[in-house]
Amino acid sequence: MGGTEIISSIKKILPDFTALLVEQRHPDEIFIKVSPQIFKDTALVLHKILPSPVMMLFAVDERKLGGVFTVNAVFVHLKQAQWIIVSMDIPQEDPHFDSLAKNMHSATLFEREIWEMFGIEPKGNPDLRRMNLHDEVWPPGNFPLRKDFKEMQARGLSEFKFNKVEGVGIFEVPVGPVHAGIIGPGHFHFSVAGEPIVNLEIRLGFTHRGVEKLFEGKPCVEAIRLAECISGDNSFAYSVAFAIAAEKISGMLISEHAAYLRGIFLELERMYNHVNDIGGMATDVGFSFPAAYAALIKEAILQLNEKLTASRYLKKVNVIGGVSIDIDESKKTIIFNSLEKIKKDFEELIKILNFSVSFMDRVDATGTLIKKTAQDLGIVGLVARASGIPTDLRKYFPGVYDQAKFKMMTQEGGDVLSRLQIRFSEFTESCRLIEEFTRKLNDCRHTQVNPVFKQASALGYTEGWRGPVLCWLKTDSNGLIQRCKIVDPSTHNWQGLSYAVLGNIIPDFPLCNKSFNLSYSGNDL
Amino acid sequence: MIYILKNRILKGIVTKNIDPGLVSNVESAGRELKTLIQRRFSRSLSIRQVDTGSCGACESEIIAANNPIYDLQRFGISFVASPRHADALLVTGPVSKNMFLALKKTYDAMPEPKFVITCGDCPRDGGLFKDSYYVHGAVKDILPVLLHIPGCPPSPLDIIQALLTFLQKK
Repeated sequence: MGGTEIISSIKKILPDFTALLVEQRHPDEIFIKVSPQIFKDTALVLHKILPSPVMMLFAVDERKLGGVFTVNAVFVHLKQAQWIIVSMDIPQEDPHFDSLAKNMHSATLFEREIWEMFGIEPKGNPDLRRMNLHDEVWPPGNFPLRKDFKEMQARGLSEFKFNKVEGVGIFEVPVGPVHAGIIGPGHFHFSVAGEPIVNLEIRLGFTHRGVEKLFEGKPCVEAIRLAECISGDNSFAYSVAFAIAAEKISGMLISEHAAYLRGIFLELERMYNHVNDIGGMATDVGFSFPAAYAALIKEAILQLNEKLTASRYLKKVNVIGGVSIDIDESKKTIIFNSLEKIKKDFEELIKILNFSVSFMDRVDATGTLIKKTAQDLGIVGLVARASGIPTDLRKYFPGVYDQAKFKMMTQEGGDVLSRLQIRFSEFTESCRLIEEFTRKLNDCRHTQVNPVFKQASALGYTEGWRGPVLCWLKTDSNGLIQRCKIVDPSTHNWQGLSYAVLGNIIPDFPLCNKSFNLSYSGNDL
Repeated sequence: MIYILKNRILKGIVTKNIDPGLVSNVESAGRELKTLIQRRFSRSLSIRQVDTGSCGACESEIIAANNPIYDLQRFGISFVASPRHADALLVTGPVSKNMFLALKKTYDAMPEPKFVITCGDCPRDGGLFKDSYYVHGAVKDILPVLLHIPGCPPSPLDIIQALLTFLQKK
């Protein structure tokens, strides 16, 4: 399956389609360059035939080289294990393009981001309010991701306008950005008719730190540490996605040993987060015993992480070209012994929750996200699997997961219970995978070679515990990063939350929120 | 419920499984912390936490400090939901422009006497993010900071020990 097959299936729907360039850039990446006139149609056709939501849509400032901005849309062809990147050049004078948002909902937020960061107008997008650069502190007309941006020019500030629901008896409940718990900042604007929520608008961007700009000009070897700090509970997945992108650029292949090690740590990260969320859901219905129990299991996994890597959050473990630490025989024993205990405790946690009728009553049919809505919004990862969408990069881009006979978990309900059960089964599956990977670890140590960087671009991806973590990287001839675009699964899934809570009552919101457990910092960047 | 009781009787105290070295560290630091808090803060020190753009790892460790193994609350330290109930403000993150106002408002809402603690490498000087266009950087330039807990992220034991050393000094 190469570019030609994709092109011919596009031509079936668009007979006069011509591409400016079709290239297999990497074994798993097809690059298609088209003119701005047919970019929209091409993207929509791919969206329909693959079918895939737009996984990334982002701009790159290439005015220095060619006097243009490029806009890239990334789709995924799961069955053929290919990423398809559609690209176009936009002239720097009066930069704009036809909006995809009205035909493909998953593009909406990406277009707003392109507008606020680059000042490229998606013509026809009905909502161009800014997300990460807040109107209250950042005047319009300052586009920080343009290469010639130096510092903010004061031009006048304004206020964000929330969508308004009107009608008799509707009242609004604003919550945040500082919440009651120990949690990231976000603003939730509820419109409520009596008890049920009729609209929820989520305003994020409070943790925006300008991460993508900070990547620029850094060497890859150094920047991997920054990638780890994008989302603290997902730091290993980020370092893997970033390392894969950098390895593709430099043409390195990591050893099977290193791939197994990465698999082990990815699954450990998944386990501590899943059990944390299960405990969180118990907390949010006031069921403190299993919450404490889950906290103990989480702590046990964090301590296992520390024993293996000297870092509870698996930071500074990954390097470009491999993994900096090794698992020897004594560490293998530690893994097996700890997992034995963890598994036993986890089984009991499941029993406690499943045996509690009142707990099950709270989670069943709460916060339902139906499959159709999830597909339209382009929901990914764990939440998508709970709504019956079979999507998991570990299955379709398996690598070492193939030999371990990885089993993808899906549920049909789309409610809090489904998301809970996905976590139950994925936790158990992760345990099995870690044991399998550990057994397969062989002693053939890989020799570390220094990566040679060149001017190129590549997409790094991995299935983190929330869903696919994507990192598109472009380097110049010195190996310095020119552009690094990060997409966290939360970016797609926050919209899902605002649909899932409709018709539920506000007291159930924390429960729905915890069942998604999305990242603030990963979304805001 | 019957299952829980049965389990409780059969399993005994769960925390006995954990690393004895860690337990003795936590216990000894905790006991001292408790006597200091009894004396200085009339039995309880209430902390309000604000995330000003952290990656979430510091939050995770602060939550871990409240789990049944470390259980900060038994030493008299509680994390409260409102700044109106707080003696101390615990700040994480490099202070993004968007959180600047929220941070100040939270501090202003706290009753006197009050003090500020920073947690993690970001709020000291911006950490990895200090060169960003959207980051204010050091919290100490905005609010009077009395204690900094270093680490990326600091472990729960680091947090407990830093609080202890701080209270011993004053």
